[in-house]
Amino acid sequence: MYQEIILDHYRNPHHKGLRDPFDVEVHHVNPTCGDEVTVRVRVSGGVVEDVSYDGQGCSISQASTSVMTDLVIGKQVADALVTHEAFLELMQSRGQLEPDEDVLEDGIAFAGVSKYPARVKCALLGWMAWKDATAQAVAKAPQKEAL
Amino acid sequence: MTSLVTTPYDVTAIRADFAVLSRMINGKPLVYLDNASSSHKPRQVLDAERQFVEQHYSNVHRGVHTLSQEATDAYEQARSTVAAFIGGRHDEVVFTKNVTEAINTVAYSFGNAPVGSPFHLGPGDEVCVTEMEHHSNLVPWQMLCQRTGATLRWLGLTDEGRLDLTNLDEMVNERTKLFAFTQVSNILGTENPVEVLVARAKKVGAFTLVDGAQSVPHQPVNVSTLDVDFFVFTGHKLLGPSGVGVLWGRAGLLDAMPPFMGGGSMIEVVEMASSTYAPAPDRFEAGTPVISQAVALAAACDYLTAVGLDKIQQHEIALTARLLDGLRSIEGASVLGPDTTDLRGSAVSFVIDGVHPHDVGQSLDDLGIAVRVGHHCAAPVCRRFGVPATARASSYLYNTEGDIDALLEGITQVQTFWGVR
Repeated sequence: MYQEIILDHYRNPHHKGLRDPFDVEVHHVNPTCGDEVTVRVRVSGGVVEDVSYDGQGCSISQASTSVMTDLVIGKQVADALVTHEAFLELMQSRGQLEPDEDVLEDGIAFAGVSKYPARVKCALLGWMAWKDATAQAVAKAPQKEAL
Repeated sequence: MTSLVTTPYDVTAIRADFAVLSRMINGKPLVYLDNASSSHKPRQVLDAERQFVEQHYSNVHRGVHTLSQEATDAYEQARSTVAAFIGGRHDEVVFTKNVTEAINTVAYSFGNAPVGSPFHLGPGDEVCVTEMEHHSNLVPWQMLCQRTGATLRWLGLTDEGRLDLTNLDEMVNERTKLFAFTQVSNILGTENPVEVLVARAKKVGAFTLVDGAQSVPHQPVNVSTLDVDFFVFTGHKLLGPSGVGVLWGRAGLLDAMPPFMGGGSMIEVVEMASSTYAPAPDRFEAGTPVISQAVALAAACDYLTAVGLDKIQQHEIALTARLLDGLRSIEGASVLGPDTTDLRGSAVSFVIDGVHPHDVGQSLDDLGIAVRVGHHCAAPVCRRFGVPATARASSYLYNTEGDIDALLEGITQVQTFWGVR
C-alpha cells in the first residue's frame, strides 16, 4: 500500500497551506477516524485557478490530497471532474482496475489502497472536499461575473 | 520481569479454546490486541449457541409447545446467569441490543416521565457525565437534555487522564437528576473511583448509571457493592456474541419507569385506545428478544467464571505493566492515560511521534498485529489531549507476554519504516 510516491507526497506535500484569493472554502471530516481537511478553490473562466488546503490525517489522506492538487490546478473544471471520476473509479475498484497513468499520473500509486476498503475513504477525503468546493464555486460563478 | 500471577493460569489451555488465535494474518501469527473493541469467542460459547439453536430453539414467552417452553426456560436461565454474574437479581436484568441501546432505554424512559415523576427532567434539572465517556454514554444524554430543556454538565480530566474531582460538588449538585459515568475508560484505560462518585450522587439524590462495558469483561464486578442505580454492559466484549447487551436496574426502579419502546411482550392489557405495561424486565423488552445471543452470553459468563475473573484481572495487569514498561522505553512513543497499572484497565492508547495512528495500525497489520486506531468513539478525549486519534492495544485473558513483545517490536519496526527512528 505504502508506495514510494505516496510517502513522497506525504513527506513533501504539494500546494499545502491555505491561500488567498479563493471563491469557496469547505471543511470535510471523516467521522470514523477524525481525519479532516479544509480545501479552498478558486475558479475563473471555467478553469481551476487554484486549490489550497490544510488538514490533518494519515499518510493516505494527506498524500492523496497533495496528488489531487497537482492533477486539477490549471485544468478546465470539466476536465478536472473527469480526472476526479477516474480516481473515484480506481478507488472503488477493489484492486481490479489497471489505472491510466496519462490521466491519473501520481494518482496511480493509490491503486493498492483500493484493496483496503477501510482506507478508501482516507484516499477520497481531499478529492470529495475539492469536488464539493468546486461545485459551489461554479454555482457562484454567474453571480460573480455579473458584478 | 516478575509475573503478578500467583496462582496457576494456563494461558495455553485458554488459547486452545479460541480457534481464531491460530490464524495467520499477512503470513504472520495473529496477535489480537483489539479486545476493548470486541473480543473473540471460545468454542464453549459457540457450542452452547449451536446446541440451543439446533435442539431447543423457538420464540419465547409465547407458546405452549415443548420447544417454546424449552426456549423460554433457556432464555430466562440465561437472564439468571447474567444477573448472578454481576451480583444482580433475575428481574433486574433487561436484555438489549448493546450498551448504546441500554443507555438510550434509560434516557428515553426518563424523557417519557410525566411532571411529578421522580424520573422527569425539565429546565433547571441537570445531567452530569464525564469528559472520558464513550459517545454511547454522552450523546443520548445530550439528546435527552435537548428534548427536556435540562442542562448537561461534565467532569473534566487531569493531564494524567484521571477524572478531575476538584469540582465534583459543583458538577453533581442538588439539581442533578442523573450522574452517568464509565467504570473504566475505553480510550484511556482509567478506572474511576465509583464509590466516591456514587457517594456524591447519593448525597444530592441523583440517580447513577455506570457504563461497565470495559470493566465487566476484565474484573469481578458486583452491582450491589457498587451501590449504583443502573449498570450497563455488552456481550461481544466478554467472549459473547454481538447483538446482545445488558441493562441492569435496581429492583423496583425499572418497574416504576415509563417504557421506552412499545410493542409485543412489554404489555399487560391492550385495548384499542390504550394499554398497561408489564413489570420489568419484560416492560423493556418489546418484541421478540435476542434469544440465542442471550443463551450464548450466559455461556460466556460461565466460561469467565470458570477461569476466574480475579485471575484474569491479575493476568491482564501483568501484561499491561509489560506494555507500559515497553512503551516507556521506546523513544517517540507516548501513552495517553495512566502510566501505571494502579486503578487501570488493560486498554492502552499511545501515539508514535511522526506517524499517524492509521499508518501505525496499518503497518502493524502487515505484521499480523491487530490494534484499534481512531478516536475510539471518545472524540472529546482526543480533543482534550490535542491528538486527532490514537492507536490502542487492549489485552484479554488469552493474550500472552509474547503478544506484548511482538507489539513492542512491531512499533520499532513501524518507526524504522516511517523514518522516525
